[in-house]
This record gives sequence, C-alpha cells and structure tokens, in this order.
Amino acid sequence: MNLERTCLAGEHLALGATLVDFNGWEMPIRYGSIPEEHLKVRLSAGLFDLCHMGRLEITGRQASEWVGRVTTGDIDALKPGAARYTLVTNDAGTIIDDAIVYKLPASLLVVVNASNRATVVEWMEAHRGSLDAKLIDRSREIAMVAVQGPLSTHILRDAVEKLDSDWDGMKYYSIAAARVLGKDAWIARTGYTGEDGFEVYLDAEDAPVLWSRLLEVGGNRIGAIGLGARDTLRLEAGMPLYGHELDTTTDPFEAGLGFAVKLEKKVEFVGQASLRSRREKGPGRKLTGFRVESRRVARQGMNILKDREVVGVVTSGAPSPTLGHPIAMGYLKSSVTEQDCSLLKVDIRGNLEALAVVSLPFYSRTRGKGRGTGRS
Amino acid sequence: MSRPADLKYARTHEWVRVDGPVAEVGITDYATEQLNDLAFVDLPEKGTTVSKDVRFGEIESTKSVSDLVAPVSGEIIEVHTELADELEKISSSPYGEGWMIRVRMSDPSQLESLLSAEEYAAQILTEEH
Repeated sequence: MNLERTCLAGEHLALGATLVDFNGWEMPIRYGSIPEEHLKVRLSAGLFDLCHMGRLEITGRQASEWVGRVTTGDIDALKPGAARYTLVTNDAGTIIDDAIVYKLPASLLVVVNASNRATVVEWMEAHRGSLDAKLIDRSREIAMVAVQGPLSTHILRDAVEKLDSDWDGMKYYSIAAARVLGKDAWIARTGYTGEDGFEVYLDAEDAPVLWSRLLEVGGNRIGAIGLGARDTLRLEAGMPLYGHELDTTTDPFEAGLGFAVKLEKKVEFVGQASLRSRREKGPGRKLTGFRVESRRVARQGMNILKDREVVGVVTSGAPSPTLGHPIAMGYLKSSVTEQDCSLLKVDIRGNLEALAVVSLPFYSRTRGKGRGTGRS
Repeated sequence: MSRPADLKYARTHEWVRVDGPVAEVGITDYATEQLNDLAFVDLPEKGTTVSKDVRFGEIESTKSVSDLVAPVSGEIIEVHTELADELEKISSSPYGEGWMIRVRMSDPSQLESLLSAEEYAAQILTEEH
C-alpha cells in the first residue's frame, strides 16, 4: 500500500500519531484522544496538517473568468485579498467539489479537497476553451498548515515575522501576504472548525520548522490535531464534507448552500441552467441537523424513519465533545412536516433511536450557540 | 498496564475471570487502547443466554464500533449496567471496574481453548504485523 505522505509526515511520527489512509494519503487521525483534541481547539488552539488538500494556482489575463466558468460564485467580484467559499458543479447542477477561492495580486488560489484534486484539475482543463489562463497544481510545493482556536492570533503572531494586515482586525474569509521563516507566504483567516483561526500557505520545505515553532511558541496553549477531531469540529459547526453531505447526487440548494450560488453573475457557468430550474423547483430533500436521543452514534448511511417509512438518511454523525451527546447531519425529504419531526428515528444497526431536529449549526461561537453545555 | 496472569483471554480481546462456576467477562487493555475514545456500550439483559464465539453486545468509540464476543457459553446472571454512564471505567480499569457481564458457565471445558496472558500477548504481536 503506497500512500502519499505530506512534508509533515516526520512530525506526526515523532508525536506518535495514529496514521490512517485518507484518500491515498497517510494522515494522522489522532495523536491522543479525539475528544480531547477537539476541546483543545474550542478552548485554546490546535495545529493541523492540511497538506493533503489541493492547492491550484490559476494565472493569466482570464484567470478569473476561467474559475468563474466552473464555479457557482461571482469570482469577478472578488477584491484583492478576499476569499470565497464556492462550489464546482456539473451540467446537472450537482456538486463536483466545494472549494475556497482566494484572490491574490497576480493569481487565484483555488483550494480543493484531497479526494477531488485530480478531478477538479481535469474538469477545469476541459472547460478552459481558448481562455488566456493557466493552471499549475502547487499542492506539492506549497504546504498548508492551520492554526484554529480562540488563541490562534496570539500564537501565530509570535511565530511569523510579518503579516500585511492587522492580526485582530483581519477579516474572516480574507487572505494577506506574510513573511514566514524569512520567506514570502500567505495567511488566510479561514477555517473548518467554527473557531477563529488561520490557514498558512508557505513553501513546503519550511513547513516542518513552522510546525515545531508553533508548538514551541504555543506551549500548552496549542496541540496537534488529527483528522478525527477535524471531523467532529466541522460537524458541530454544521459544515458539509464532500463525500458525506456533498457529492454528485446533491445540489447546492438541498445542502443549504444556496448562498454560494450566484445565478445572475455575468460569467456563464457550468450547471447554470440546471441550477436555475432546481432553485425554482425547490429542493426535494434538505440537509438537517439532528440530536440523537441516545448514546449510540448515528453514522453515514443510516436510515431515518418516520414510523416504518424511510424519510431520510444520515450523511455524517459523531459524538459531540462540546455538546455531550451524539449529533448528526442528514437529508430529510422536504415533505416531512414540523409535526413529523417529533416522530423521527434513526436505524442504528437495527436499533431505532429517537432523533430531535436541531437547527444548524450545532455550535456557533459568534451566536453563542452550544456554549457552556459541554460535559467535563 | 500489566495484564493479570490469573485471567484467561480470547482472541477477540475479551478476558475471563473464573470464580467457581461463574465467568466474569470484560475487554482487554489492548482492546480499549484500539477503541480509544469510548462513546457507548451495549450490554444484554440479565437472564440472556450467551454462546461462545457469538456476539453478545457492542462497544462504540468516536470512530468505530466493535462486537463484544462471548468467550464462554452460559446464562448471564449479572450485568454491569452502570457502565453505560461510566464508560471511562472500561479504559481506566479494564480488568477491574470495567467488568461487563457475569456468566454461569454451561460448559466450563470451554475455558481450555482460551489463551493465557503470555499467549494473548504473543497473539497481539502477530496482529500488529
């Protein structure tokens, strides 16, 4: 089994991480305890190796138009330093990948899921036509390291030389030039945890030193966080994961991502017509949040029932360290009424456990949702 | 953690403590380490009959769920029901407070096919390779 390794593989080994095959990459699922790592990010700070994700650099006079052709967002409207969550959709209006597009001075940086990197590159090339633009896959040369949690600012600012922005004032979903370990780098205020935090893009060869420096500077305020906790963090924050909430059978409206679809943007994009009619029709199923009224964990693929009828399916589920009970996201038929919601059950290996519908996200630091309910 | 030498072990990572006709059953430290963060344990009711090598319950962690397999056959005369609310006892004291069920054995000769602490330790090593 020949797995890819990131430039931080040595660090994970040194920390005694439990490594797993994640889409062909050897990645740390945890270093110790998943709930402990999860709470570390909520209460303090965590350090993540995200090098397995795809980082595509789009340059050229018509870079913006090209990206705009294959995504649902208004890429032309991005101001320098802005970041945008967007979707790559196919002709049917269903989702090929979700991505973040960053507007840099001379290029666009498109960050995609590890599992979809090759697919997105191929898809983009197939839709370039004669546009004056070029795509370079920089995933190997540029490392991606995230620091997430309330103490992120304090720790990161002491580990990097310079940020061309204000650490406290830097807007969420923006990116700025930085100086890290004597070289140019980029730091974005983006993340996948529901906490304040940053994603650092730097030369891959410098990533191990930055990693050590962050752990040193952070001391016991920071810990290395594996993919296991990354999943429970994003789940609590109600964020979708490709391959679970999103895939080529799902459209943005079902997934509650209508905000990312700019049907009226000037650039004609793939799936536009389908998306227009899907929006008009309304989604036949909706992504919903659930609390499982049991200690059993509902997981992807488990059926959601109303009496004996299957009315939905779970797309993600896990114990919630912050909330103290299992939570899940899943698709529920739009025909399910509010009254029906009190009758829903999930089939967990033959055991029918009651579900309570909960509005997403389960946890929001800005709205003070889900706070102070954690168990010890 | 030192593994008690007076217990018998199953290949499926359960242990047995024999007390006359009764077998006390739990899971080993190796199992709890593999499972890591425990989320849920499902134990059968008192009076249930269990059969050797047959699933009698399940234990769930953050990332996975595993079957609990009966190392001996018999009738369950006691269930550690408080464990559901005190899962940490399974990881902190797998051979003590983490006990799960007590079985009145129907065929004590089944104990002979279980492993000693050394044999179990050897088996784990082969599993890891």
